[in-house]
Amino acid sequence: MPKQCFISIVMVLLVSTFCFFTSKYIDYRITALILLMTVSLVAMAFEIFPVLLTAILSGLILNFFFIQPLFTFHITNTEDILLFFMYFIIALVNTVLTFKIREAENKARDKDEKEKTIKLYNTLLNSLSHELRTPIATIIGAIDTLKENKIKLSEKNQNDLLEEIDKASIRLNRQVENLLNMSRLETGMLKLNQDWCDINELLFTVIQKIMPLKNNHIIRFNPDEKLPIFKLDSGLIEEIVQNLVTNAIQYTPKNSIITIKVAFEFNNCVLSVSDNGNGFPENEIQFAFDKFFRLPNTKTGGSGLGLSIVKGFVEAHNGTIKLENNSNSGACFTITIPTETSYLNNLKNE
Amino acid sequence: MNKAEILIIDDEAPIRKLLEITLESNDYKVWLAETGKEGILLAVNHPPELILLDIGLPDKSGHEILKELRTWYAKAIIILSVQSSEEDIVKALDNGATDYLTKPFRTAELMARIRSVIRRNQLQNDNSILTCDDLLIDFGARVVKRNKLLLKLTSTEFNLLALFMKNEGRVLTHQYILKEIWGVGYQTETQYLRVFVATLRKKIEINPNQPIHIITESGIGYRFN
Repeated sequence: MPKQCFISIVMVLLVSTFCFFTSKYIDYRITALILLMTVSLVAMAFEIFPVLLTAILSGLILNFFFIQPLFTFHITNTEDILLFFMYFIIALVNTVLTFKIREAENKARDKDEKEKTIKLYNTLLNSLSHELRTPIATIIGAIDTLKENKIKLSEKNQNDLLEEIDKASIRLNRQVENLLNMSRLETGMLKLNQDWCDINELLFTVIQKIMPLKNNHIIRFNPDEKLPIFKLDSGLIEEIVQNLVTNAIQYTPKNSIITIKVAFEFNNCVLSVSDNGNGFPENEIQFAFDKFFRLPNTKTGGSGLGLSIVKGFVEAHNGTIKLENNSNSGACFTITIPTETSYLNNLKNE
Repeated sequence: MNKAEILIIDDEAPIRKLLEITLESNDYKVWLAETGKEGILLAVNHPPELILLDIGLPDKSGHEILKELRTWYAKAIIILSVQSSEEDIVKALDNGATDYLTKPFRTAELMARIRSVIRRNQLQNDNSILTCDDLLIDFGARVVKRNKLLLKLTSTEFNLLALFMKNEGRVLTHQYILKEIWGVGYQTETQYLRVFVATLRKKIEINPNQPIHIITESGIGYRFN
């Protein structure tokens, strides 16, 4: 806005200076038209306030420098009084029209945004009802069958059903947690709770939690014992890794290998989760972290929340996240988080 | 031992596993398909007694599969869906689904529906006399008896009851009933249906306020039990 005002004033001054020095050749009535054109040009591009400013300033300049008697705000000739008032009215009409056009534009934009929000909301509701009801259906159905057919079920079938209940509960819990995470991110209620943590231990805990979900997937993690301890929000890091690994389990074929790596590079904690599945379509990579984004033609399941939450949590740590395809096969997520470090050896001396 | 064959088309592995174990423990033979394509192939190769079809499949929508199956498959198809929206269910029923269940469902309810549709598969539909509990309908003589007593029904009431009894256990959508009884063009006149169902209930139900024969499926239609 101040920039628009500045440009408007400069334009009026330039135009009037030019007209002033050429006033021998150009009649002041033509000057009035030229100034009016300037106001209209400003009105085409700018907001209401700069346009109003242009209209008033150019009107005063016209009166002071061009209308007889010169260098006074006084006008004697009736024709000139008429000219001046007409100038003013047309300039003001310009301003009002600008205002109306801008208002209409804003309304259209608001409407677009509202429609977008409604669409997002519906997408969320649809995927949520699927994501929440499927595990609930599994749990209710499995318990019913276990209760009603206990004698008829083989021991293997009973164990299978219990396993499905286990998986479904974890999946359900993950969804609920992600919903809470989403609202924490959306409302800006996210506060980092950083504390010293042993990243190896944290990763082992996460892997343990996810174990029941894997579908013959192999999860590889070779801890590096030489790593320092990092100052991180361990709760959020856990969420990040859980989301990335469950994502990999869900979207890679059976028996795929998921590799978790962690390293310390240039004061950054660098964490990567990669798989040897089919990789991510190159032209979709840029959308991967968008809220509710789902790859076209993927199997159902997944709410499109996980990766956007991961990104939000990484950014809360002032870190960055990168998704790329491995040169041979599969996708790789790399997270780089700047962090303070400490070596356990230092502590021993205390 | 019933050993009827049931085909399950659902992309969710846990649901497939659950249905497989549940149905097998109830002595059904189960075929499993993960995608619509696979399901149709299996249905062609081993035409089952019943298909349990999930509406939300990754490769094709369940509605399309339903239409495709209905071009040649005449036996029962029960829709499983998490989208409990009435619109979706009505669309599936209008596309030829026999019945529907929304997830999550109780196993007992599922088994009851399965038994009901399979029994109807095996029933010869050209019987001129059908009975249901205390009700008996004779299509030839156009008479209805309750506890062996003749009921006085108007022609429309008789047609309505006949339609219900021919489709015992099955959900009929409002549109379907209106089209069958009153004809094309009356599909939106649901107040006709409400009035006739109310009068019919007074004649055939023991307690019309708590019907046991004509059950309302809220927002969708009626089911005759």
